[in-house]
Amino acid sequence: MSADVWTALLIAILAAFVGYEVISRVPVLLHTPLMSGSNFIHGIVLVGAIVALGLSTTLLEQIIGFVAVVMGAMNVTGGYVVTERILTMFDRSKRPKSGGGTP
Amino acid sequence: MIDFSILIDAVYLVAVIFFILGLRAMSSPETARRGIVQAGGAMLAAVVVTFLTPGLAPSNFAWIAAGVFVGGGAGYVWAKKVQMTAMPQMVAVFNGMGGGAAGAIAAIELLSSMSDPASTGLSLAGAVIGSVSIAGSVIAFLKLQGWMRQRPLTFPGQLGVNLAVLALGVAFGVYAAVSQNAFFLGPFFLFTILYGILLALPIGGADMPVVISLFNALTGIAVALDGFALVNGPLGDAGYAMVVAGTLVGAAGSLLTILMARAMNRSLTNVLFSAFGAKEEEGASVQGSLKPIQPDDAAVMMAYAGSVIIAPGYGMAVAQAQGKVKELADLLEQRGVDVRFAIHPVAGRMPGHMNVLLAEAGVNYDKLFDRDEINGQFPQTDVVLVIGANDVVNPAAHRAGSPLQGMPILDVDQAKDVLVIKRGQGKGFAGIENDLFYKENCHMIYGDARDVVTKLVAALKRSSS
Repeated sequence: MSADVWTALLIAILAAFVGYEVISRVPVLLHTPLMSGSNFIHGIVLVGAIVALGLSTTLLEQIIGFVAVVMGAMNVTGGYVVTERILTMFDRSKRPKSGGGTP
Repeated sequence: MIDFSILIDAVYLVAVIFFILGLRAMSSPETARRGIVQAGGAMLAAVVVTFLTPGLAPSNFAWIAAGVFVGGGAGYVWAKKVQMTAMPQMVAVFNGMGGGAAGAIAAIELLSSMSDPASTGLSLAGAVIGSVSIAGSVIAFLKLQGWMRQRPLTFPGQLGVNLAVLALGVAFGVYAAVSQNAFFLGPFFLFTILYGILLALPIGGADMPVVISLFNALTGIAVALDGFALVNGPLGDAGYAMVVAGTLVGAAGSLLTILMARAMNRSLTNVLFSAFGAKEEEGASVQGSLKPIQPDDAAVMMAYAGSVIIAPGYGMAVAQAQGKVKELADLLEQRGVDVRFAIHPVAGRMPGHMNVLLAEAGVNYDKLFDRDEINGQFPQTDVVLVIGANDVVNPAAHRAGSPLQGMPILDVDQAKDVLVIKRGQGKGFAGIENDLFYKENCHMIYGDARDVVTKLVAALKRSSS
């Protein structure tokens, strides 16, 4: 295994702890947007898909790469739009009127 | 030709920081939206600079652009149109897409770098997890969307068959790698996808959200594994970004999965392998009778109460009664009644789902209390209004031998009076009789949640004018 993979492994371990720490602070109230938000973040796979398709040389690779780009783009766009839609509902500055209720 | 490597690296680095900050911002509803918007900007920048990666064949750019346009467009339109009630299955779809993309990238890696054992191993692992994730997510979507039977599908020797399918798939993958023959990748993907389907089939609709969360974590891990394989190649920069983002999601998703399973007092293995809801409880008899009540009388009970707690379930969302419920709460508050909402962690179809639905209707989130906060308050409460919830208020959870035994519930039966709005006399999602409905202090209002709440609102308006 190359040194690069070891470096990446080290980074991954640190990222796992960061993920754990960050998520344990999220209130139950926001667990749905948390799920769709983390869904959006693994949409970074689109970057890998673009590189993979960009480097493709054979037709088979190009076809698979194209499928990967379509799926990755759908993942990242859909995940973002849904998360933003949900969080707008919880944002008081965006909904000044409706939040009220206390007489 | 200018070398953009440093720019690309810098953008990836900043993007990863914003992903972490975006998740961190979700610790408060005040900051959450800003966080995700910043993370979105960072993601966009990361995607754009990727086109500058040296070595990409310009002849493939048109295909890349077309793919981004098609996938992005479809995702955008769907995400804009989807009802908030259908959120869980949509998360499942987008998650499955990510898993599929990870699997496809791994396939290309396998086709092009069959000779490097480290990359091959990592890509194989990424491909297995990615295929399981997309196949399982699609089944989850079909079940939650109602396009497939929600009941667990079981057959004898299921676990053995599943493991055999997985082993066969992995064997084909390893053989493809060792023999450097790409042909065997076909059966490899076939069997790993089949395994994903088989894994999701025995899981009932009620447990699906836990499984979606698990697949979310798996997709994250698949993305990270792809990243590892890329890091090893000549274009490692994108790989590092994928490793960090994928691992973040893997850790976050795993934690969330465990929290959800715990909210139902079940272990993850129990959720995955026990086919919960397939069996009926035997020999349980319920004492007491069902006592129906008219909406007008129920409205009077609430109008003259000092405190009312509303416990909504998925039935409220199905009937699209959220708006009416908000109106009801406002009317009661105008009369000086203290109104709060009790939200069970698995009310709705995923954790926090009910909060989203009520927020959409305009209910202030200060009035939403989760189970731990409000459970002690029920004995001091005059009226609890249960709307379309069943299993999460079933006191059978406190009884030994019940399939629900030990599941944390809302102890609504402790209140002075309980009103239950229910469509019919059927059982809940778990298929278990509800002891609450037979209690002395419990009254049933039968009907569609929206119709009933509309009647309650009308009755309250009449009595106050």
